Amino acid sequence: MRRILKYVILDIIKNKTVIAYTIMLSLFSWGTFALEDNASKSLLSLLNIVLLIVPLMSVLFATIYVYNSSEFIELLVSQPVKRSKIWNALFTGLSISLIIAYVAGVGVPLLLFSDTGTALIMIAAGSLLSAIFVAIAFLSSILTRDKAKGIGISIMLWLYFSLLFDGLVLFLFFQFSDYPIEKIVVVLSALSPVDLFRILVLLQLDISDMMGYAGAVFEKFFGNQWGLLISFSLLVLWIIVPFYLSLKKFKKQNL
Amino acid sequence: MITIKNISKRFGKLLALDNLNLQLHQGECIALIGPNGCGKTTLIKSILGMVLPNEGSILFNEKDIRNDNEYRRNIGYMPQIGRYPENMTVGQVIDMIKGIRNSNEQTDEELYTQFEIGKMLHKKMRTLSGGTTQKVSAILAFMFSPQVLILDEPTAGLDPIASEILKNKIIRAKSKGCLILITSHLLSELEGIASQIIYMQDGKLIFHQDVKALKTATGQDTIAKSIVQLLKRDRA
Repeated sequence: MRRILKYVILDIIKNKTVIAYTIMLSLFSWGTFALEDNASKSLLSLLNIVLLIVPLMSVLFATIYVYNSSEFIELLVSQPVKRSKIWNALFTGLSISLIIAYVAGVGVPLLLFSDTGTALIMIAAGSLLSAIFVAIAFLSSILTRDKAKGIGISIMLWLYFSLLFDGLVLFLFFQFSDYPIEKIVVVLSALSPVDLFRILVLLQLDISDMMGYAGAVFEKFFGNQWGLLISFSLLVLWIIVPFYLSLKKFKKQNL
Repeated sequence: MITIKNISKRFGKLLALDNLNLQLHQGECIALIGPNGCGKTTLIKSILGMVLPNEGSILFNEKDIRNDNEYRRNIGYMPQIGRYPENMTVGQVIDMIKGIRNSNEQTDEELYTQFEIGKMLHKKMRTLSGGTTQKVSAILAFMFSPQVLILDEPTAGLDPIASEILKNKIIRAKSKGCLILITSHLLSELEGIASQIIYMQDGKLIFHQDVKALKTATGQDTIAKSIVQLLKRDRA
């Protein structure tokens, strides 16, 4: 697997889209920190940008890359390697490359301008978020053979997690505000990796009024330490589950 | 060497392979022909383990290939359309496949030298023409001197010189005792290479015959003419 992985990373790192993505992220990060005196304010603006762009880029780029690699995957399958190794190598290669882009673009200015604890959490959570959306991309690209459909599914999932989800939770809350539904909301927030990311960073920043509804309830329930730990574990789970499902399907896929 | 037992493959409503039985022996060069969509590629992909048949089994050296991948060490495959990651260089692709095979045996560099690929090792795959990409695919297929060669439209897109080099290489591999499975739409290309013909239609085997026997039976002197003759007779 390592032999395939090495060349996959070498290929993606040289990809123009990934280079442009890195430059764009670093422009945004340097820009927000330079324009704003208050570091935590700029962190919040950056957080909102990251929450939109990182998932979109990861899910779209990974989906397109997997479809474009279909002949390459066939060639690898004709070699004496297990299918799971090929799928693993592609996934790890894509995740590592996008994480490198994220750390280079967002991580470096974060470490320079904000406090180390917050910066490290942002870097860790952002890296996880990249890998999560690569995993989601693998799942949507294995669900259909049609490239346009696959990209469509990916965009719909991004839209759902990035924009619709918190709105839906809020809607539920107002509809059922007469009932004690806090517990349900906590469970619901685990269903969106983007919300988990937001909660994670805002727990660290301790600004619960910015947290969105799910986040506020989360803090109330778990407090800081537990909240961090649980949301991190949930993020990891968000990588494992979609990827495992896609791997299971890929093993039986007709290429 | 390869035994195909009652395999069937369905893609939704389409029956791509219909209860196919075949025996492929060492030292033969078998041409797989038939109209578009007759199941040739599905058959090849089943042998390579890319397509998993619904029914039946495929034996490679008496061993079932299901849930096995080591048997592919003995197969060299040249796909119809080779597409490689855009930013990989020719050298990286070759190194990667060598790494995957991880064999200590001396690799066969004959095609590599004849196609003069050494000059373009640093070129990215994206920048190569279709023909050059085919050359890279051919080199990869022959590099490990495999016992079985599976070539899907090998000469499509190659210039006449490269195509001649490849044909000679195929003939040499055959004389060394390889089993070669080749698909082509150009029947004239197969003249002088193929020793057996498999003709498929709608996923079914129409016939599997020796080229010499076929020519004598139909009284024709080329593969193309004898097949046309045979099909006409069947229809009549």
